[in-house]
Amino acid sequence: MKAGIVSYGIYIPMYRITAREIAKIWGKDPKEIENGLLIKEKSVPGIDEDTVTISVEAARNCIKRVRVDPSEIGAIFVGSESHPYAVKPTATIVGEAIGATPEMTAADYEFACKAGTAGIQTSLGLVNSGMIKYGLAIGADTAQGAPGDPLEYSASAGGAAFLIGSKDKIAEVLDTYSFTTDTPDFWRREGKAYPRHAGRFTGAPAYFKHIISASRGIMERNSIEPKEIDYVVFHQPNGKFPMRAAKLLGFEKEQYLPGIVVTQIGNTYSASSLIGLSAVLDVCNGGEKVLLTSFGSGAGSDSFLLEVTDKIVEIKDKAPKFSEFIRRKKYLSYGEYLKLSGKIKLS
Amino acid sequence: MTEGVARFWREIPHRYRLLGSKCDSCGRVFFPPRVLCPECRRKGNISRVALSGKGKIYSYTIVKDGANGFERQVPYVIALIKLEEGPLVAGQIVDCSPDEVEVGKPVELVFRRVSEDGEEGIIYYGYKFRLAEEEN
Repeated sequence: MKAGIVSYGIYIPMYRITAREIAKIWGKDPKEIENGLLIKEKSVPGIDEDTVTISVEAARNCIKRVRVDPSEIGAIFVGSESHPYAVKPTATIVGEAIGATPEMTAADYEFACKAGTAGIQTSLGLVNSGMIKYGLAIGADTAQGAPGDPLEYSASAGGAAFLIGSKDKIAEVLDTYSFTTDTPDFWRREGKAYPRHAGRFTGAPAYFKHIISASRGIMERNSIEPKEIDYVVFHQPNGKFPMRAAKLLGFEKEQYLPGIVVTQIGNTYSASSLIGLSAVLDVCNGGEKVLLTSFGSGAGSDSFLLEVTDKIVEIKDKAPKFSEFIRRKKYLSYGEYLKLSGKIKLS
Repeated sequence: MTEGVARFWREIPHRYRLLGSKCDSCGRVFFPPRVLCPECRRKGNISRVALSGKGKIYSYTIVKDGANGFERQVPYVIALIKLEEGPLVAGQIVDCSPDEVEVGKPVELVFRRVSEDGEEGIIYYGYKFRLAEEEN
């Protein structure tokens, strides 16, 4: 297709809490938690950070990599399940902060952890149809897990922004394919602070069914075998799920490990698979084929078959890479984490 | 608590994007933006300019008794930043402990929540700074 990826940028808050520190509070065996989830630590937003600020920082890092005038961006979509306002878009604040307003359209998306890739698909459609020159799709979240819930070890914060256009592409989008059903594996009702999930039900009928069906669907449609793909990236609710999905589909470690980011930052929800893709783009030099499949509870998966171009070499060093966000960090105690997360109510 | 909304909205370009102004006659840069150059007066020619957000700490203070809404952030640092383009701007320095802050250290711009009108009111976003890793 004509539209592809022109640039990318991520942002991950610098605060971390280890799975060990959380396990200690709830009387769990830290080793069992670490080995069960394959999550060593997760990112935590600063006291003045939210989905809006994370989206703006990711968008700025995306724009920093290229010479695109932000006023040429015709659409901004922000996918998240933690928009700070129930009514009032995150996307307008991002548009204003990067100087893209006022001649643009904007909307906030919600589809659990896959709203960011939904924004990419919308942008691809608008660029392909000629309605806009550039579209900016962002996936960002400050995910919440109730204290003591297994989600508390994984729910983290981060954002990724992708600029979609038809010129100077760093990756061609060869195809995109979605697989969607009504599956109640994870939800949060309006006005409630924490999501609920159906425990083990989130595995086979939800994550694996959708990730595998979407990934198989796009590979079959394009007559491409796993061995012809250089890197594969999936949504990462924990370390085990994406690795198991990759093995089930016939991928090897060297194909899926470079895109595994959850072990070091936790599950960044709408940003999860997109930060994984960014980590892969960081190590690409042009010519690589990449399969990206997101997953959002509720449930659905968006698959993308990408071919990285030589342009990646020119832009990847112009904004902070995933490895830089991993290097700069500060560890929190469980008490500090509660304070930053607003879980301690002041009178 | 909505009386501050219109004022905040008017200031969005400089709060979100650090949009200042420049006198094209004498070259002075102003932040917050001025509509008239105090030196050149009528001979001045003012235009809008986006500032880089890079600068150095000119002076700072450590706040240990936080203002309303900032109680959870103490101790925090409020600094005067000498921007590369010239203006001095006041702002919070985040993501560091106060003992890391020194006069002359380089800083860079970040976009953060500044305050909010309670749980139901508008959220005020804007510029803050953090210590830069390399010399500007």
